[in-house]
Amino acid sequence: MTKTVPIKRLPGEEGVWGFVFGDMVMFTMFFATFLFYRYENGALFAQSQSLLNQNYGAINTLLLLTSSWFVALGVFQYRKGKTQQGAKLVIPAFACGVGFVVIKFFEFGEKFAAGITLNSNEFFILYYMFTGIHLVHVLVGLGVLFFLWRVARRATDGSATQTLESGGIFWHMVDLLWIVLFPLIYLV
Amino acid sequence: MAFNSITIVWGLLFVGTAISWFIAPGEDYLSPLLPGIAIILIAFLKVRLILLYFMDLRVAPQPWRGLFEAWMISACTLIIVLYVMGG
Repeated sequence: MTKTVPIKRLPGEEGVWGFVFGDMVMFTMFFATFLFYRYENGALFAQSQSLLNQNYGAINTLLLLTSSWFVALGVFQYRKGKTQQGAKLVIPAFACGVGFVVIKFFEFGEKFAAGITLNSNEFFILYYMFTGIHLVHVLVGLGVLFFLWRVARRATDGSATQTLESGGIFWHMVDLLWIVLFPLIYLV
Repeated sequence: MAFNSITIVWGLLFVGTAISWFIAPGEDYLSPLLPGIAIILIAFLKVRLILLYFMDLRVAPQPWRGLFEAWMISACTLIIVLYVMGG
């Protein structure tokens, strides 16, 4: 009896993986920068971190995880030929992403109302800069999800598999970066 | 991968988040470094689950998978070292 060896295949497009890797390396530099300044000024960082609302960060983590889950399910269904189910699963994924943005605006709004701005101290410069750059990724990702929904709805013959996988990979990366950014800035 | 496996991974990611939230360093700890290190490790376990099961890197050719696995180990090590140095 011969044993079948599963064929190795890179999901999505190679260029997307290259971009994702570059982005992850860039964020690793952000993480290192944040921790370097924390090393130089531990007391200020601990005191400033205590002013953050961990609940916002944690709820946003759960929203992005759930959004990623919907996208993974959607890509799975699309690949199986259930293209319309696949397209429909992108809608709750999009809604969770919008939830993230709404909470982020509430959070930033509260900080501004309390007089905490980019100029407050080193911690808050990095907080606004890194969570802000991540927020831009979320907004771009929402555009990607909208595009995926339209493409999946129209390509009922399953021809958009690679597009769906590529867009999904970008959205999962946005989730993955937040998974590291959240504990570093809010928890530890 | 089965439809249900994706949901199991999502459940594990949820549990990981809840544990991190629960053990977040506070004034109750004699050494907040240990829960901090645990939280960073949990974060990278979550990252690995997303890469392998949501992004499907587990079916990718070895060089691609190896590149991302190498990034995970390097980034996790760098973060833990800098975190411990910061005290």
